[in-house]
Amino acid sequence: MDLLEKFDAFVAGKQELLAIKPDIFGTPIERMCSATEAIIGGRRILLAGTNNYLGLTFAPECLQAAHEAIDNEGTGTTGSRMANGNYSGHRALERELAEFYNCKSAIVFSTGYQANLGAISGLAGPGEVLLIDAHCHASIYDGCRLSGAEVIRYRHNDAADLDRRLRRLGDKARSTLIIAEGIYSMLGDKAPLKEIVEAKNNFGSYLLIDEAHSLGVLGTTGQGLVEEAGVTDQVDFITGTFSKSLGSIGGFCVSKHHQLEAVRYLSRPYIFTASPSPSNIASVRAALVLLKNGAELRQRLWRHSGRLYSRLKELGYRLGPVVGPVIAAQVDTPQQALALWTGLIERGIYVNLIFPPASPQDKPLIRCSVSAAHTDEQIESLCQAFAELSAFASDTTGGG
Amino acid sequence: MTSNYNETLERICVHLRRIAGAGVEIGADTNILDQFALDSVKVLDLIMEIEDEFDVSIPMNLMTDVQTVKDLTQMIQRLESGE
Repeated sequence: MDLLEKFDAFVAGKQELLAIKPDIFGTPIERMCSATEAIIGGRRILLAGTNNYLGLTFAPECLQAAHEAIDNEGTGTTGSRMANGNYSGHRALERELAEFYNCKSAIVFSTGYQANLGAISGLAGPGEVLLIDAHCHASIYDGCRLSGAEVIRYRHNDAADLDRRLRRLGDKARSTLIIAEGIYSMLGDKAPLKEIVEAKNNFGSYLLIDEAHSLGVLGTTGQGLVEEAGVTDQVDFITGTFSKSLGSIGGFCVSKHHQLEAVRYLSRPYIFTASPSPSNIASVRAALVLLKNGAELRQRLWRHSGRLYSRLKELGYRLGPVVGPVIAAQVDTPQQALALWTGLIERGIYVNLIFPPASPQDKPLIRCSVSAAHTDEQIESLCQAFAELSAFASDTTGGG
Repeated sequence: MTSNYNETLERICVHLRRIAGAGVEIGADTNILDQFALDSVKVLDLIMEIEDEFDVSIPMNLMTDVQTVKDLTQMIQRLESGE
């Protein structure tokens, strides 16, 4: 087959989906109005699928820091941290992240995806084992593949299954890195972290927690699930992203082990890419201060989340198991998902549309993410739109 | 204790028949991906069940060598014998 023929076949198979306007795969945003509104298709649309949990993308402190960094340091670093891209801001942010988690080491990566890719592939290699939750994000799967280590999955959020698989590994459990997430991005559920820590301690393994969706959201100071579960000092590695609660782009890994420093020299996704731009780093540093002191933002976020979750549950939508800022309604068929998504955009609301295999249980998802920047009125509009479309709600388990 | 080839094959087929549904014939030469129209996630979930059935670890990396039920059977036998 010709190199390019497969793309024609792919596009032909997706004609129906690609014909929908606005485009469901990369909805064109004409202009951002605020952290929660944008112009799409010439209309003002309420954004409820952005991962902007604390709503900091327009925070004056972050904007000012980014403006100053551009003026003082330019638009980009044009090189890797290992070459000409190692600015004082990168080093300062690493110190601040290490201090935030009371850790010895921190490494900043250029994206959240690369943080998992770089940390995992730097930490484990051939002959070692990566034992990952079955619902882990694609960046974790790709990091595992790049590492060359043996990769084994355990059943989602099942600590007993993890324990069984560690036991099966025998002596190899000591050279095993377990990987789980604080909040899982599809259904918004949380890892049973205390039980996972217990299992890793029992077998002498190591544990990496990805706090991509839980940073800023969980814990008194917003560290994530590690803080909420009271196990920050027992988790070996924590990764996270700057592109959700911190409102920028980039990622990090922190550790209580000083050996993380050596990963810089072994991690291809860290070495062979340009470092984050000065304005990204500056806005993240400003956002980190707001996040640490963001108890009020978290309170508002959880109030909104609780309200939307309980309203959708009452309406009979089939949701994830727990309240959280990721609220996903599961439907049975792609056609239902498309109709619900289209109905919402017609009512001025943007959410995420996710199809299997990216969504679990072979069912499509309509995923909302709530922001502290949403107003009570915006949450009400969201609830109202779902109420008007409640013919798509299909929970027969007594949700409503 | 290591199972013999036919016994291992049959135990694997029990899991495959369950997800394949009625009317699908399964044998040693059945191509796991093609025959069942399984996507990669379903194959990985199936592997977790097979791991529990035989009490072995099957690294995802090894699955790139597996096309048929026979390939999977032989791999389980190698893992059981500690190779």
